[in-house]
Amino acid sequence: MSASGQSSEAQDRPIIELREVKKQFGPVQVLTGITADIRRGEFFSLLGPSGCGKTTLLRLIGGFDEPTSGSIAIDGRPMAGVPANHRPTNMVFQSYAIFPHFNVSENVGYGLRSQRIERGELERRVAESLSMVGLEGLGARAAHELSGGQRQRVALARALIMRPKVLLLDEPLSALDKKLRQQMEVELRQLQRAVGITFILVTHDQEEALIMSDRIAVMADGNIEQLASPQELYSRPVSRRVAAFIGVMNFFDAQVLAEQSEGITLEVAAFGKVEVPRAQIPGKMNGSRATVGVRPEMLTLLFDESDVAERELVGEVVDVVYYGDMTYYDVRLPGVEKPATISMRNTAGRRVLSSGDKARVGWGAESIVVLE
Amino acid sequence: MSNARTPNWLVLYAIGYLIFLYAPVLLLPIFAFNDSAIVNFPLRGFTTQWFEGLWATDALHSAVRNSLFVALTTCVISTVLGVCAARASTRYQFPAKRGIMGLIMVPLVLPEIIVAVSLLVVLIQLGLDLSLWSVVLGHVLICVPFSIAVLASAFRNFDRSLEEASLDLGVGRVATFFKITLPLVAPGIISSLLITFTISLDEFIIAFFLTGTDATLPVYIWSQLRFTAKLPGVMALGTILLAVSLLLLILAEWFRRWSAKRSGADVESSAGGLF
Repeated sequence: MSASGQSSEAQDRPIIELREVKKQFGPVQVLTGITADIRRGEFFSLLGPSGCGKTTLLRLIGGFDEPTSGSIAIDGRPMAGVPANHRPTNMVFQSYAIFPHFNVSENVGYGLRSQRIERGELERRVAESLSMVGLEGLGARAAHELSGGQRQRVALARALIMRPKVLLLDEPLSALDKKLRQQMEVELRQLQRAVGITFILVTHDQEEALIMSDRIAVMADGNIEQLASPQELYSRPVSRRVAAFIGVMNFFDAQVLAEQSEGITLEVAAFGKVEVPRAQIPGKMNGSRATVGVRPEMLTLLFDESDVAERELVGEVVDVVYYGDMTYYDVRLPGVEKPATISMRNTAGRRVLSSGDKARVGWGAESIVVLE
Repeated sequence: MSNARTPNWLVLYAIGYLIFLYAPVLLLPIFAFNDSAIVNFPLRGFTTQWFEGLWATDALHSAVRNSLFVALTTCVISTVLGVCAARASTRYQFPAKRGIMGLIMVPLVLPEIIVAVSLLVVLIQLGLDLSLWSVVLGHVLICVPFSIAVLASAFRNFDRSLEEASLDLGVGRVATFFKITLPLVAPGIISSLLITFTISLDEFIIAFFLTGTDATLPVYIWSQLRFTAKLPGVMALGTILLAVSLLLLILAEWFRRWSAKRSGADVESSAGGLF
C-alpha cells in the first residue's frame, strides 16, 4: 500500500522543475529568472519570437549550457553540473544533426552502441524505433540519400531509442515545407501520446504550438509571459503581447468607469459602454485606463434585417481578403484609427462585401477580453 | 560557340601560360634518359645509367633518409598542432584570439631567410647543436600556418550540433571527438599532412642554415649542382621526385573524392579539388 502511495506521489511530481533560472551571455541577460513546472507526460511548448530565450532554455534543460543561477531538476534530481551525456533527456536538433558518415541504422543505434548492448537486442530496438517513426526497411540508406522529412524521422528515432524521460525538440518542423509540416504536426502529437514521454517543443509558430501542445509557455524578453493551455491562451491572453502573438487580435483603448463585484464597466472606443464580467479580466488592472482585445471571429457582419446581434454599430469596409472558406474584412469603425479585422465564414448564400461598402458590425460583451 | 574568324586570345594565352609553366619540368625526364653528360640538344640516345648512378651514391641515400625523416616528423607535428589551433579558433572565444591567431599565421608572410637566420642565432645562443631536429623545428614553424588554413575551413564547415548530438546520445567528449569529429574532418587532415609534407620536403633555406652535418635532399642537390658532370644525375633525381609528387597528388584527390562521396557532398562542386 505504502509503495503504491509513494509511486503515485512520484507520478504527481513535475518531471521538470525550473526555479529562478537565469542565463547571461557576456553582458546580455538572455533569461531573467524562469520558474515553471513541466508535468509528466505532457506535450509542452516554448513559444516566442526569435531572441526571446526559448532555445537557450531548451539547451539548459538538455545540459548543453549551464544556467548562470537558479536550478533545474529533472525527475526530482538536481541537474547542476550534470553534462548532456548523463541527463535523461534527448534532443532533436533544428538541423537534425544526422551523422553524415553513418547510414540510417548506424545513426539510430549510435547511442545504444556505446552502451555495449548485445547485438541482437540492438538490432531489435533499432528496427522498433524505425517502425515507430515510419521508416521500416530504410536502415541501410546512407544519410545523404534522405529527404528532409526522412532526416527528421531519423533524428526522432535516434532520440527515442534512448528511452529518455524528456524529449527536447528544437524547431523540428521549421525546415519542412508547409504540407509536410502539417502532416508532421499531427504525427508528432500521435507519437507523443503513443510513447507517453514528455515532449518539450521550441517553436516560433503559434499555429504549430496550438495544434500540438497540452500547455504552452509564451516567452518574451527572457521570461515566461503566460503559461496556459492553448484554449486559455487564445481566449484569455494576459497581456497585449501574448494576445498579439497568438492569432489575430484587434485592440481598442478603454476607460474604466466603475468597478463592481461581478465585473467592471468600461467605456470602449467605438463600442461605447460595456459591462465585462470578472471571468474576462485575466490580467491585472492598473488605474482607469485599459486595453481591450477582440478576436476577428468574435465580431460579425450583419448582412440583412434578419441578422441580429446583442449590440451593433456601423463601419466602412476598407479591405477584403478572400481565403475561399473564410473572408477577412478590414472595417473602419467610427472614432478608431486602425481598421478592425473581422473574419466571416463563407457559408451558403452569404455574399462577400467589397471595399467602400457600409457594414453593420455585431458584437456582445463576451466578445471582449480586457488586457492590462 | 567559338568564332572561327578571330583567334580566341584567352585560349592562346592559357596555352602559352601552360607551356611556360610546364615545359621546363618536361625537360627533366627528357635529359634524365639522355646518353650524354652534357645537358643540351640534340639528344644522343637512351640510357638509364644516371638512375643506376643514383642507386650507387651513398650520400644521396642518406640525404633521402634525412629528408623523409624531417618531412614526416614535420607534417605530423604541424598537423597535430594545426588541429588543436584550428579547432580552438573556430569553436571557442578566448581573450586576444585575433592577435594570437594573427601571430601564429605570421610565418606565412615572413621571409624564410629571416626565420632561418634568427633561429640559427637563437639555437647557437642556447648552446644547442644543429641537427635534423633543428630543421624540423624551423619547418614546423612555417608549416603550421598552412595546416591551420586548411583545417580551419574543415572545422568551420563542420556542423557543431553533430558533436552535441553525440554528447546528447550518451557518448563522452573524448569518444565523440574520435567517433564524429575526427572522421568528418579527416579529408582536411589528409590535405594538411600532404601539404606540410611537400613544403618540408622541398624547403631549402631553413634546411641549409639549420642542418648540421646531415644534408636534406634539397641541400644535397644544391651541393651537386656545382659539378657539371653530376647534372644528369640531378635530372634523374628530379624525375623521380616528379613522379612521386604526381602519385601523391593523385592519391590525395582520389581520397578527397572518396570521402566527399561518403559524406554525401557533391563531388564536383566541393571546394579544394585539384582536377
